[in-house]
Amino acid sequence: MIALRDVFKRLGDRQILAGLSLNVPKGTNFVLMGPSGTGKSVTLKHVIGILKPDSGSVRVDGQEVPAMDHDQLMALRRRMGYLFQNGALINWLSVEDNVALPLKEHGRLPKGELQDRVMEVLRLVGMDHAAKQFPPSISGGMKLRAGLARALVTKPECVLYDEPNAGLDPIISQQIHELIKEVRDTLGVTGLIVTHSRACATICGDHIGILEHGKLAVEGTVDEMVHSEHPLAKAFLGGGAD
Amino acid sequence: MNVLAIVGSNLVTRVNDAGYVMDLLLRTAMAVRYVPRRLRFTLDMAFNAGVRALPVTMVVAAFAGAILAMQTGIELRRFGDTTVLGTITALSMCREMGPFITGVILAATVGSSMAAEIGTMKVSDEVAALEVMSVDPVNYLVLPRVIALAIMCPTLTVLSNLIGIYGGSVIAENNLAVSNELFWNSAREALTSSGTLLPKEVYVGLLKALLFGIAIAIVSCAAGLRASGGALGVGLAVQTAVRNSVILIIVLGFIVTWFFYFLAG
Ligand SMILES: Nc1ncnc2c1ncn2[C@@H]1O[C@H](COP(=O)(O)OP(=O)(O)OP(=O)(O)O)[C@@H](O)[C@H]1O
Ligand SMILES: [Mg+2]
Repeated sequence: MIALRDVFKRLGDRQILAGLSLNVPKGTNFVLMGPSGTGKSVTLKHVIGILKPDSGSVRVDGQEVPAMDHDQLMALRRRMGYLFQNGALINWLSVEDNVALPLKEHGRLPKGELQDRVMEVLRLVGMDHAAKQFPPSISGGMKLRAGLARALVTKPECVLYDEPNAGLDPIISQQIHELIKEVRDTLGVTGLIVTHSRACATICGDHIGILEHGKLAVEGTVDEMVHSEHPLAKAFLGGGAD
Repeated sequence: MNVLAIVGSNLVTRVNDAGYVMDLLLRTAMAVRYVPRRLRFTLDMAFNAGVRALPVTMVVAAFAGAILAMQTGIELRRFGDTTVLGTITALSMCREMGPFITGVILAATVGSSMAAEIGTMKVSDEVAALEVMSVDPVNYLVLPRVIALAIMCPTLTVLSNLIGIYGGSVIAENNLAVSNELFWNSAREALTSSGTLLPKEVYVGLLKALLFGIAIAIVSCAAGLRASGGALGVGLAVQTAVRNSVILIIVLGFIVTWFFYFLAG
């Protein structure tokens, strides 16, 4: 469903992506790991067309994303969900209005149904009690969960998760991992997950790839990666990692 | 690097900036059909802008009117004819000073906060989040702000004009021995003499105010949308917004005056 081939990208005076290739089959979760600042978030932004590669191909469902016109891009984005690294909530909207935003803007549901749908997703991420609060007054972990709710509310076919468990306590982390897994298993959602957490990678992932120097240094199934002798795999997934 | 290269690259950035602003203006114009949908938010914005800028505008307008009356009064007194003081104060306020003062204050108070707000959204990926949800940032963020200032700048200008003329009348009465009655009568006459429904002196000033409002909002939103690199980038965006707004206010003011009083007679 998602396929990157030889993607190169320069930002400022740094070569961020240098020949990155990865492949996420439909209905599976691909976990992207790697040291800070190696371009994991940049990779996700390429998939949804916020950034365009300098060269190489980025395909979703066989369609070339950088070549899409405005309408095609809009159509693609409606089928996708994106959890930003810090939630990226709109400050002047309450949590529930933030989650309702993508539904309201495209008038896809009648009002009553919309409200039900929003509360349902907020319950899934454990945020229904904070529905009326505003982003400046909630914690980082809560923003992240509201962001996750917003990414899932439109029932996307594919979700890009940028660090879905950063700053969450172990109990809520566990819930979020289960949720991501469940979304894949019951709805067949394809996922590209950026995380630093070993638990998240092993619970949610089917495939794991580790990004370094602009491309995947090592990749494989969860099982292969957990037992891999590659130093990066050991560092991110070995016994010492958390 | 030699001087020529620095000047050259600076010029390229300026042209680039101007291109972005023009593009944003066009895209906003094309999004006008979304106004009804953003009406509530737009009116909120307009109200907030008005409330924030009102006190400063009033104080500055009162003093500006007083200064105008004093400066012209000094000369008029030498010629021994202070009776036209009301006319001159009223005309200068309505044609030039009222819109100018209002514009500069709106740029400093409201424009700067627009740039900061949108700039913060930009650097924390909130603008990208809108795009990802297929929500166009132009009609969601820029349009309401442009309409809000297009409403508020002329409204505040009318108030500044009145307060400015009042400021002048106080000076006239106390320091230049021009009675209030004479002052206000000549002011009223100056502003109603042209026989049309809305006298030229007033509508040219209001047209200026309208253009200033649109220019301030577009320039400030553009600066915010182009911010990058965290808090530092937001700071630079605010600086750019205020600087460009003030430049545009002066240049547009010149162009409108020249057009209505020299080109079109
Ligand atoms: N718009 C941009 N302009 C210039 N440089 C950028 C831009 N976006 C990202 N970068 C740079 O690209 C590099 C990779 O950024 P990215 O956000 O993808 O890192 P990351 O792998 O997600 O790291 P983290 O784990 O800390 O989130 C960073 O050095 C960053 O400074
Ligand atoms: Mg990141």
